[in-house]
Amino acid sequence: MSIIVADEPRVGPVPPEPAPLKTNYLNARSGILSWLLTVDHKRIGILYLVSLTAFFVVGGLAAGLVRINLLSPTGAIMTEDQYNRMFTAHGVVMLFLFLIPSIPAVFGNFFVPMMIGAKDLAFPKLNLASWYVYMIGAGFMVWSVLAGGIDTGWTLYPPYSSRYSQSNVFPGAFGAFITGFSSIMTGLNIMVTVHKMRCPGMTWGRLPLFIWAMYATSFIQLLGTPVVAITLTLLCVERLAGIGIFDPAIGGDPVLYQHLFWFYSHPAVYIMIVPGMGVISETITCFSRKNIFGYKAVAWSSVGIAVVGFLVWAHHMFVAGISYYSAILFSFLTMLVAVPSAIKVFNWTATLYRGSITFQAPMLFTLAFLVLFTVGGVTGLFLATLGTDIHLHDTYFVVAHFHFVMVGGMVLAYLAALHYWWPKMTGRMYSDFWSRASATIIFVGFFFTFVPQFVLGYHGMPRRYPNYPAEFQVYNVLSTAGASILGFGYLLPGFYLTLSLFFGDKATANPWSATGLEWQTPSPPSTFNFDRTPVVVCGPYEYAIGVDQLGRGLPEPPGPGSADDPASHHGPTGPAGPMHKETHVVG
Amino acid sequence: MSANHHGEVLKHHFDNLEQQHAAERLGMWFFLVTEVLFFSGLFVAYTVYRNWYPAEFAFASSHLILWIAGVNTGLLITSSLTMTLAIRSAQLGDRRALIRHLLATFVLGAGFLGFKALEYYTDINERFVPGVMFRTELAKAEEELAASHGAAGHHGTAQHWAADLAKNNAGKSYTDPGYISPGRVQLFLCFYYIMTGIHGIHILVGLGCILWLVQQAAAGKIPRENYSTVEVVSLYWHLVDMIWLFLMPLLYLAGAGTHAAGH
Repeated sequence: MSIIVADEPRVGPVPPEPAPLKTNYLNARSGILSWLLTVDHKRIGILYLVSLTAFFVVGGLAAGLVRINLLSPTGAIMTEDQYNRMFTAHGVVMLFLFLIPSIPAVFGNFFVPMMIGAKDLAFPKLNLASWYVYMIGAGFMVWSVLAGGIDTGWTLYPPYSSRYSQSNVFPGAFGAFITGFSSIMTGLNIMVTVHKMRCPGMTWGRLPLFIWAMYATSFIQLLGTPVVAITLTLLCVERLAGIGIFDPAIGGDPVLYQHLFWFYSHPAVYIMIVPGMGVISETITCFSRKNIFGYKAVAWSSVGIAVVGFLVWAHHMFVAGISYYSAILFSFLTMLVAVPSAIKVFNWTATLYRGSITFQAPMLFTLAFLVLFTVGGVTGLFLATLGTDIHLHDTYFVVAHFHFVMVGGMVLAYLAALHYWWPKMTGRMYSDFWSRASATIIFVGFFFTFVPQFVLGYHGMPRRYPNYPAEFQVYNVLSTAGASILGFGYLLPGFYLTLSLFFGDKATANPWSATGLEWQTPSPPSTFNFDRTPVVVCGPYEYAIGVDQLGRGLPEPPGPGSADDPASHHGPTGPAGPMHKETHVVG
Repeated sequence: MSANHHGEVLKHHFDNLEQQHAAERLGMWFFLVTEVLFFSGLFVAYTVYRNWYPAEFAFASSHLILWIAGVNTGLLITSSLTMTLAIRSAQLGDRRALIRHLLATFVLGAGFLGFKALEYYTDINERFVPGVMFRTELAKAEEELAASHGAAGHHGTAQHWAADLAKNNAGKSYTDPGYISPGRVQLFLCFYYIMTGIHGIHILVGLGCILWLVQQAAAGKIPRENYSTVEVVSLYWHLVDMIWLFLMPLLYLAGAGTHAAGH
């Protein structure tokens, strides 16, 4: 089935606004147990949202303390040992408890079934179990932090972590091991759901790009996470038994740990970023009122990243004494993995071209993502290049690169997703002004925080050092100042999103005039998502002709709605306007 | 019967049983992929070290208890057969045969664990455990060897492996050909305990699942339409068996033909 498009693209009939549901997934049942024992994918998404926010605050506070300590060349507030424990806490909490689960666990859980027209994920109980497993793992990590922290850095390299560290390595490593299973459960669930639960008409070529990205992410989770699980098991055994296979005293090789660790932990950065890329494909089309440029290229580049991402791990070990020839090979492969990411960025940019762009908060976060992720990606190439990496390895250049990709990229994509889908999840609109202000403040704060770190790293300031020469102080002070702006920017959504729950306007079913199936349900949706199984008739981004995936017309996008508003249907380039965008219906 | 059971078996979020079974099977296959990768980390590490230290691996391997491993292999392969027969019984809706075959599988799997426990018990009695036990036992063997220097044969109290190792290394320095590094022998033993231990945990989980199936079958909750529950558990059970088929030669036959010593 596909839409019959006449000579002129045309606007289909706009369906009437569905009446808000009396019983939706939020008020269908009440009481704390109805949340703790729920098998509804949407409620589990909310459980994850609440817990992830809590851990984001914890990891953010640790980062703030690290930055404050770096105000002075000799350490402003902490001893060296405390400093080690603080940056490790920041890394462990942010990576294992926030970034890895982030988008898959919150928005993947919530929206994958809705976007493919299913009633739930394939294994609802497994889904709930994944949250409990996550919380148990998090409990072990909290234990390790409360008992005094870990001083090894989040990478837990032996023999330091196994033999010599005086800190709480075991609960931390064991916690990471356990949260890994939660990640596997989520990934497995999403993969099976995408394979088996798509509604009629939802072919692979009509899947929203967010689904493609989630599928690619789940693939990495499934193949990578078990390897780090066994690696951490071996580390825990070595730590507890005092003897193990990475122990150099009996002929073991600590570099083998690094290989096994990075075999997962490098692909893990793609677990973190690829879902964000999926979100960007959703928001950038919606807020530029244009079909995605190069659907297949964007879809397959997600899969390309997932596959090639497994072949690059040893670029973390260029100075660990690996063979010169394998280093050359890994350098080459690392550059290769930049190609699919670049394909995405080019396609997004082309999507913006001649689009009718409006600047609501999700779009501001998206545009910030585009800039920051591109800077992060390009500086990654400096590190992929063997020669420059020798100079830049383990300096603040790496820290800045990683944060550009993970914070500038992933966290902004997470915020874009949160702002984009918030009306659907809660049924409320948040403050337009404050959300835009927050996006702007975060963008500016981010730049001030991490651009000085590129300079620091280039001039040779090593990461993880509490002390530095006095001439570096100005950059560190700049960075810390930027971090406080950034921190303030992060606080704002906490306020206006919370306030929106009580005082926000009621959201319509499709406030952004988006095409996906998730918007064709009332806000907030019912427990079973759709009152009847939807039938999909076209691709996911038919903005140019103004048609959703069910083949119905789109409501007027937010904005003045006058004829000179380019985003309007009747605007110059709108679907009903005189200069409507050229398109052909895909899928 | 089918219409009645249909409603109970089909979960609300699936359109039909076919979709539900396909999802369950696919989910289990994906899980098996993660299991393979979990063990593959161990296999990779094993391969690296065995390539580096072939003599030590051969020595240590030939001092493990081969007959127990052989019996256990037989038990597990047979249990795979009974498990498959259980699927057939479930498909036929033959509840008694289903329970019988599941119980047979359980007994065979439990037998495996029993023999495994016997093997661990013997190993620990022989002080064939990396770390302090290994070092003290070897030191004792070296002392006894020095004391009985010149005497033919050995009549000491040190365990077989320690005496062998002490005898092999007597008068050699670690750079000499034929020297067996005690450290690397312990490295092999780390692999031995970790690999068989993790495999044993998997068997234990499988036995738990089989018991659960027996209980479900006895309660009449596995009608013909729901045979895929048995199939999904069997997929897991077969994988655990298969991993043993890799572990067994890697651990017990690494020294085949190089040492006549051993049990």
